[in-house]
Amino acid sequence: MSTAMVDLRDVHKSFGSLEVLRGVDLRVARGEVTVILGPSGSGKSTLLRTVNHLEKVDSGSVRVDGELVGYRQSGDKLYELREREILRQRTRIGFVFQSFNLFPHLTALENVVEAPVSAQRRPKEEVRELALRLLDRVGLSEKKDAYPRQLSGGQQQRVAIARALALEPKVILFDEPTSALDPELVGEVLDVVKDLARSGTTMIVVTHEIGFAREVADTVVFMDDGRVVEQGPPSQVLDSPRHERTRAFLSKVL
Amino acid sequence: MNRPAVKAPADETPAVRTETLEGPGGHAGDAAPAHALKVVTTKHPGRWAAAAVVGVLLAMAASALITNPAWDWDVVGEYLFAPSVLHAVLFTLQLTALGIGIGFLLGTVLAIMRLSRNPLLSSVAWGYVALFRSIPLILQLLFWYNLALLYQRISFGVPFGPSFFDIGTMDLISPVTAAVLGLGLHQAAYCSEIVRAGLLSVDPGQREAAAALGIPWRRQLFKIVLPQAMRSIVPTAGNEIIGLVKGTSVVYIMALPELFYQIQVIYSRNGRVIALLLVATVWYLLITSVLSVAQYYVERHYAKGRK
Ligand SMILES: Nc1ncnc2c1ncn2[C@@H]1O[C@H](COP(=O)(O)OP(=O)(O)O)[C@@H](O)[C@H]1O
Ligand SMILES: [Mg+2]
Repeated sequence: MSTAMVDLRDVHKSFGSLEVLRGVDLRVARGEVTVILGPSGSGKSTLLRTVNHLEKVDSGSVRVDGELVGYRQSGDKLYELREREILRQRTRIGFVFQSFNLFPHLTALENVVEAPVSAQRRPKEEVRELALRLLDRVGLSEKKDAYPRQLSGGQQQRVAIARALALEPKVILFDEPTSALDPELVGEVLDVVKDLARSGTTMIVVTHEIGFAREVADTVVFMDDGRVVEQGPPSQVLDSPRHERTRAFLSKVL
Repeated sequence: MNRPAVKAPADETPAVRTETLEGPGGHAGDAAPAHALKVVTTKHPGRWAAAAVVGVLLAMAASALITNPAWDWDVVGEYLFAPSVLHAVLFTLQLTALGIGIGFLLGTVLAIMRLSRNPLLSSVAWGYVALFRSIPLILQLLFWYNLALLYQRISFGVPFGPSFFDIGTMDLISPVTAAVLGLGLHQAAYCSEIVRAGLLSVDPGQREAAAALGIPWRRQLFKIVLPQAMRSIVPTAGNEIIGLVKGTSVVYIMALPELFYQIQVIYSRNGRVIALLLVATVWYLLITSVLSVAQYYVERHYAKGRK
C-alpha cells in the first residue's frame, strides 16, 4: 500500500491517563475523499491533528505521500524532527478548522498570501495572483480586501479553504468545517468542498453531514472510543452498517 | 477609546421612544403606517443640571488660579523655557525613552521565555519578575549607583574561568548609566507582565492555525500573535510610559539633572517654590498629553480589522 497518500498504522495517543486513540489504522488513497464519522469525544479531531503533527503520537506511524510525519526513522528508532522540518511538512498538509481561525488583523487576501510567502518563500506577486484565483474559485473575489470580522461564517470558512489551498497541499484535512455555521450557510461551504472533491483533491473530512458523506465520500470511516469501528464505501457503512454502534450512531444523526 | 460613540452606559434606558407606544392600541400598526412615525428623543434634565454644576466649579477654579498673586504666573512664564529647564525636560525624555526601550525589549524577551516550554527559561523569567517587582525602584537605583562598592571591576568571560574583558566599575557605570539601568531593569519586570498578558489574550487557535500553515516560528510570533496582542498591550503600555515620565523624578536622589531635580535646584536658589513647581507641572502635563494623543493613534492602528 505504498501508493496511499495518507497512511496511519497503529496510532496510539493518550492525554494523561485518557487513551484517546487506541490503535488506529487508516489509509487514504490518492485523489480520494475519506469522511470520518463518530460521536463527540471519539477522537476524530485528535486523529486529524496527528496527521499534520499538531499532536504527537505516542506510538505508531503517520505517513503522508510516503514520508514519515514528524519523525525520521533510523534503524528501529524514530527521532523527532526539528521544528523547522515539521513546519516544512505541514505546508503540504492543509488543515481547515471548525472555528476558521482566520487571522483577524489581515484581509482575506493577506490571509491567503501569508503562508506561501513566509513558509514556502515563493515570490509575492506570483502568490498574489494565485490567491486572487483561489478567492475567485471559492466565490469571494469581491471580498479580497475585507477583514474576517466583515465576513459571514460561511465566507470566512471559504477564505480559510482558499488559504489552505494556496500552499498546494497533497492532502487537506477538514475538522467539522460546517459545525460552527448557521444552518443556511452550511451549503455554500460544502459546495466548495464538493468542488474540490470533483477536481481530485485528496481529503479527509470529519463531519456530521451524512448527506454530504453519501454524495462525496469514496470511503466512510466510523470511529468510536478511539478506534475505527468500521469503514467502507458510503452505501455499505451508511445503509447497511455491520456494527451495532454504527447503527446506533446513525439512527441519532439521521 | 477609539469608538466612544458606540457604547451607551448599561444603566441608561433606551434613548429612543416612539409616540405610538403611548397610544391605547399597543400595536404600532394600528395608529399609523410605520414610516410615518416620528422619533422623539428623551430629554435629560439631570445631565443639564450636572453640567451646570461642573461649569461653575471650573470657573471658580480658574478664578482661584488666575487672581491669587501667590501663584506667580509671571515667574512661571520666565522659567518655563529657561535653557536649564529645557535641558532638564530633554533629559527626562531621554531617561523615559531609554527606560521604556530597555523595559519593553527585555520585557518581551522575558514574556516569551516565561511562556516557553523550557522549564529553565520560564523559571528564570518568573524569578526575574518576582525579584525586580519586589525591590523598590529607589533602592535598585542606589544599588546600581553604588555597584563599585560591591565589585570594583567588571569582567566578562567564562564563569570561574578566564575573562575576555575587564573594566573598572566606576568607569562603566556612571550615574546616568546607573539611572538608565535601574529604570530599564525595573521597567522590564512590569513590561514583561504586560506583554505576557497580551500574548495570553490572543486565541490559541491563531498560533495553531499559523503552525498548521507551516509559518516559521518567529513569524508566527511577530506577524500573527503580537500584532493581535498589541490591542491589549497598548493601553497598559501607555499607562506605563506615562507613569515612567513622572517616575524618572526618583533619580533626583542621584543628583541627576532631570526636570524635578532641576526645579528644586532653581527654587532653592530663588525661593519661588510654587512658581517652579508649576513649571514642572506644566511640562509633565504637556508631555503626558502628547503621549496620550500618540496612544490614541497607535491604538487605532492596531484596531485594524476590528471595526
Ligand atoms: N489537548 C487535550 N488535552 C486533554 N484531553 C484532550 C485534549 N484534546 C482532546 N482531549 C480529549 O480527547 C478526547 C477526544 O477528543 P477529540 O479528538 O476532540 O474528539 P472528537 O473530535 O471526536 O469530538 C475527548 O475526551 C477530549 O476531551
Ligand atoms: Mg472534534
